[in-house]
Amino acid sequence: MMKLTIALLILCMVPFGNANAAESDVPLDRAPVDITDNASLQRGAETFVNYCLTCHGASYMRYNRHRDIGLSNEEVLDKLVFTGQKVGDLMLSAMRKKEGQEWFGVVPPDLSVIARSRGADWLYTYLRAFYRDDATSTGWNNFVFDRVAMPHVLYQFQGEQRLVVKGDQKSLMLDKPGQMTTADYDKFVGDLVNYLVYLGEPHANARIELGTKVMIFLLFMFALSYVLKKEYWRDIH
Amino acid sequence: MSNMFNSMIEWIDKRFPLTSNWKAHLSEYYAPKNFNFWYFFGSLALLVLVNQLLTGIFLTMNYKPDASQAFASVEYIMRDVEYGWLIRYMHSTGASMFFVVVYLHMFRGMMYGSYRKPRELLWLVGMCIFFVLMSLAFTGYILPWGQMSYWGAQVIVSMFGAIPAIGDTLQQWLLGDFTLSDAALNRFFAYHVVTLPLVLLVLVFVHILALHETGSNNPDGIEIKENKNPSTGIPVDGIPFHPYYTVKDIVGVVVFLFVFCGIIFFAPEMGGYFLEYNNFIPANTLQTPDHIAPVWYFTPYYSMLRAVTVNFLGIDAKLWGVILMAGSVVIFCFLPWLDRSPVKSIRYKGPYFKIALTLFVISFFVLGWLGTKSPTPMYTLLAQIFTVIYFAFFILMPWYSKIDKTKPEPKRLQE
Repeated sequence: MMKLTIALLILCMVPFGNANAAESDVPLDRAPVDITDNASLQRGAETFVNYCLTCHGASYMRYNRHRDIGLSNEEVLDKLVFTGQKVGDLMLSAMRKKEGQEWFGVVPPDLSVIARSRGADWLYTYLRAFYRDDATSTGWNNFVFDRVAMPHVLYQFQGEQRLVVKGDQKSLMLDKPGQMTTADYDKFVGDLVNYLVYLGEPHANARIELGTKVMIFLLFMFALSYVLKKEYWRDIH
Repeated sequence: MSNMFNSMIEWIDKRFPLTSNWKAHLSEYYAPKNFNFWYFFGSLALLVLVNQLLTGIFLTMNYKPDASQAFASVEYIMRDVEYGWLIRYMHSTGASMFFVVVYLHMFRGMMYGSYRKPRELLWLVGMCIFFVLMSLAFTGYILPWGQMSYWGAQVIVSMFGAIPAIGDTLQQWLLGDFTLSDAALNRFFAYHVVTLPLVLLVLVFVHILALHETGSNNPDGIEIKENKNPSTGIPVDGIPFHPYYTVKDIVGVVVFLFVFCGIIFFAPEMGGYFLEYNNFIPANTLQTPDHIAPVWYFTPYYSMLRAVTVNFLGIDAKLWGVILMAGSVVIFCFLPWLDRSPVKSIRYKGPYFKIALTLFVISFFVLGWLGTKSPTPMYTLLAQIFTVIYFAFFILMPWYSKIDKTKPEPKRLQE
């Protein structure tokens, strides 16, 4: 009876899966996330400071935190800092909020924890889902974020896509190829998204590493405490 | 050496009741010897309380209760404070796990009739602890000042506004402003770190005092004090809490820590249930999220709040929602007087009680699940049906517990 009750209670928890994740009507592609891959993270970091940081900030993140992904302070200053900032400074956007409001109608959001609110798969799909749309003010629209204020910053690499509507089916088609092949562009965006995941929680690797040690310690503690309990309880019953 | 220790204890005992308290509450506090799985959650709640107090102190050192800095200061803790991420995850996971252990602790009480005479006050103090815990969770969730902090709080605060006549004034008085703003964040911070923890500590102390006065209930629901050894005056089925239950609770603590640390280190967001994804977006007073969902532990009540869709008996639907929501929590307080069964424990209760309790648990889970979803006509209908089942468990209890076919209670503990 007792075991059954516990089993039922655990079963009741099952439908509580991943429910309130960033919801989207469009099926999302799976992002190739591996935050232990420093080479990928470093490539993503360079893309980020070159193409994102102009308008978006990552204002909770310090440059020198990139030691997590294997960059020394000198390498950080060399590869990631262009605006004369110091290595311990926060990664602030070059654009002022007021300018963003005037140019795009909305202040570009800070990207420090964007991967934690949107999810990696959403970002990966979104950055590959821009298409030409003359009805918008930027001339660009997005398949997963309708009428997004941001133009397609990476279009020189991806090229220009077009929305194809066939009955209920909507899909994207590459109209004019960019500097990269589709496979290369996917990898390029994959590195960037991987970096955004790292940026959302720089200590994630340290967390998992410490966690493994803690769990092993607890296993040992369990054996010890269980034997202690057995020893004391021998004289009861 | 032991001589010196003894004389030191003697010195203290003349000035402070150390040995007598040690005996009364630990080494000579006799607890029933048949505690099972469900009896771990009281001591675990105490453990989580200590966890929340300690991690809370360190968070307070780095957090800034200022609407323009709060969100950034949490990220500062997560990134720049040494082991700040660990302290913050311990606190956020602790909040959810507090509710897990307290819900299981309450369920234990409902299964074995721990609220029945002579433990009515113990149950009522426990309910007060639950109310304070809910207030702590609510005020704490506002502090990171993310979108869900802000809009979740907006929903809760607007409930006060639904009260007729005084609602608007009351709401302004609570917020210290016309809307949820910096003033509210400051005072909720004060409640969260000073007022409510103090009240909680006092209540927990009183809860344990009341428990040690009546003695613990047990899975058989019979009083071990009614069967004492005539020569020693010690309950025959009782064993000293220390060392027997201290060593047993340590095993429970380690198993609990295994789950707790598993979440902290490997799934701190717990799929968006412990840390909601939308709360990683800074609060924006101008942009209401498409979908506002409270943290999982409030979702059953949130479902009931949304369940009423029509005005009736001259009362506004929104106010009905507030009444139902408040009622769904307060109604637990009446359990000691609603239960008319001649026996306490589910082991000797009849099929009616078992069915009723099962339906109640199912309705609690279904309402909890519905509370995480955007309302659709189908979901709202489900919420209404299960709200009725939830309340029926309590309201019909005097009837079904009385006519239920119970088994006779044993004289001594089984097992």
